[in-house]
Amino acid sequence: MLISVQQEDFDVSAVTSELCSNRKDIGAVVTFSGMVRDQSPDQNLLALELEHYPGMTEKALEEISNSAMKRWDIDDLAIIHRVGQLKPAENIVMVVVISAHRKEAFDACEFLMDYLKTQAPFWKKEITKQGEQWIEFKESDQQAADNWK
Amino acid sequence: MANLLYFASLRETLDSAKEQLDLPETVTNVAELKGMLSDRSAIWKASFSSDTSLLVSVNQKMANDQTEINNADEIAFFPPVTGG
Repeated sequence: MLISVQQEDFDVSAVTSELCSNRKDIGAVVTFSGMVRDQSPDQNLLALELEHYPGMTEKALEEISNSAMKRWDIDDLAIIHRVGQLKPAENIVMVVVISAHRKEAFDACEFLMDYLKTQAPFWKKEITKQGEQWIEFKESDQQAADNWK
Repeated sequence: MANLLYFASLRETLDSAKEQLDLPETVTNVAELKGMLSDRSAIWKASFSSDTSLLVSVNQKMANDQTEINNADEIAFFPPVTGG
């Protein structure tokens, strides 16, 4: 399992290769990556500021990952989440799940993202030309996570 | 001394990221701590009133109003999370 909270960008294919290296039992690789999207009305997003709780955030990601490893027949996974100031179209987060079969990997990847969005202590603030604003928690994200219960 | 942490919009509203606080004997759980912090000023009262969606963790595990606390604990308050 690879879990990282970092300022630096990541390379999805490099992380995926590392996860699969020296294995011949993997038939499915599912990756998700999230990018900074400008959702301001006038397309004037300068940056997204990502804040986290050092220590607790990593623990939360580990717990979510352990839950996925127990629940699905998957072989390994990686979660990398960036923090700090990120510009539009930059990477924010990536999740990779590898397994023998695709169904398990698809489900586990979606579960990891749904849980990460509601359980891991990260907060996003939009910095626009007009000023700064914290992004509000979305009820639909909570419902997506609740659907896995 | 308990370590108190505040994150994101709450940190900005309170203008405080962390503090050390000697919990009096009357403060044994999160609800009592919130009551104590609420007495500081109108801003603190608004932030810690019972109808806000404020979340709390104790020693980096999600907690609630009934969670017991003591002077060895790290207690963090923050708004709902918005990562991913």
